Amino acid sequence: MIRLLFTIVAGVVLGLVVHLVSVLALPRIATQDAYSRLTPMTKLNGVTQLPLADPNTSPMPFMDPAFALAICRYDLSNGPIKLMVPVSQSYTSVSFYTRNEIAYYAINDRSAGRKVIELDLMTEAQHSELPEDEEVTAADRLIIDSPTATGLIVMKALAAEPGLMPQAQASLQAATCAPQTEVPAKAEAPRGRR
Amino acid sequence: MRLILTTLTALLLATAVGVGATWMTTTRGTEIGALTIGPWTARPRTGTADVDPYSRATIVRNGELPIGTGDGVAFTATADDKKKALDGRCDVVVSGVTPPARFWTLTLYDRKGHLVANSLQRYGFTSQEIVRQSDGSFEIRIASRSRAGNWLPTGGIERYSLMLRLYDTPVGVATRTQRDAPMPTISTVGCS
Repeated sequence: MIRLLFTIVAGVVLGLVVHLVSVLALPRIATQDAYSRLTPMTKLNGVTQLPLADPNTSPMPFMDPAFALAICRYDLSNGPIKLMVPVSQSYTSVSFYTRNEIAYYAINDRSAGRKVIELDLMTEAQHSELPEDEEVTAADRLIIDSPTATGLIVMKALAAEPGLMPQAQASLQAATCAPQTEVPAKAEAPRGRR
Repeated sequence: MRLILTTLTALLLATAVGVGATWMTTTRGTEIGALTIGPWTARPRTGTADVDPYSRATIVRNGELPIGTGDGVAFTATADDKKKALDGRCDVVVSGVTPPARFWTLTLYDRKGHLVANSLQRYGFTSQEIVRQSDGSFEIRIASRSRAGNWLPTGGIERYSLMLRLYDTPVGVATRTQRDAPMPTISTVGCS
């Protein structure tokens, strides 16, 4: 009797350990996460337009059908990325996710406060290597630190009515996401773009 | 011999309990960081870097991308105000007002997060296209057959969920009560 009770108690305690370990390990071992689903259909360090959300072909669950979507799957190991998203008529947002789908940063057109959302994405190490230059840190240049070298940038444009979807898609067509052509070198001339 | 048998039983039990608990929590969700207002539940922290491990596991398992806090917040409802599960064969009315936001969208999904096919290709409404009463409030009728006004078709599926997404909104991690975020009511008005 005592042996049986002991077995059950040991089983439940071990079970809790299994539970905690599996919850914490899931983000690392999952194969059907959003990043893995999007990998075969998206370009690396480039913008890919996603098809409209639809009952049969949506790549991810719980996609908002009122939005046009574009993805930039990035890898920063060869240097920072420059992102440019023109703002659409009603609402545009850009969200950043790590390789394991942590939403570490998101910005919308109003908080960006201009016609084009322009961002530089780099790892913390690359950021600290940037030359300390007043002009570089000026307001026209927003730098985002990515916690991981790879991840996803999701660009969304709202079609407030179904008829406005072509316009929303067109504004995302003009978005660019590419490695910075100029390699940021230490202590060089100011790299202000204007 | 008995020792081996005991150990084996304990290990089997451990696997069952552990995997079972993980499956349950990632399917149903936990109360950690949940903001519940009436029938609506949101997890604003899933859009930030300090998301809890349970939400992370759920997100990864479902393969979804959570909405970032700088973008907006998503409220989900799977039952009406009286806790009756949302049934696609019934008439359900979503009415009232929404929390302050630049835009919102209301979308109907099956329980797995897929849109529900219908001949109108209407999967939801945005705050711009909805027909409102003179005081700014609105009423959306969710039913399998066509209805007057803001009709959202269910395709007659048995169980569905509603997602109200607020974009560019002050509602978020700091929101606690209905007063900060007045959510629309959900009521089942009749079943065919």
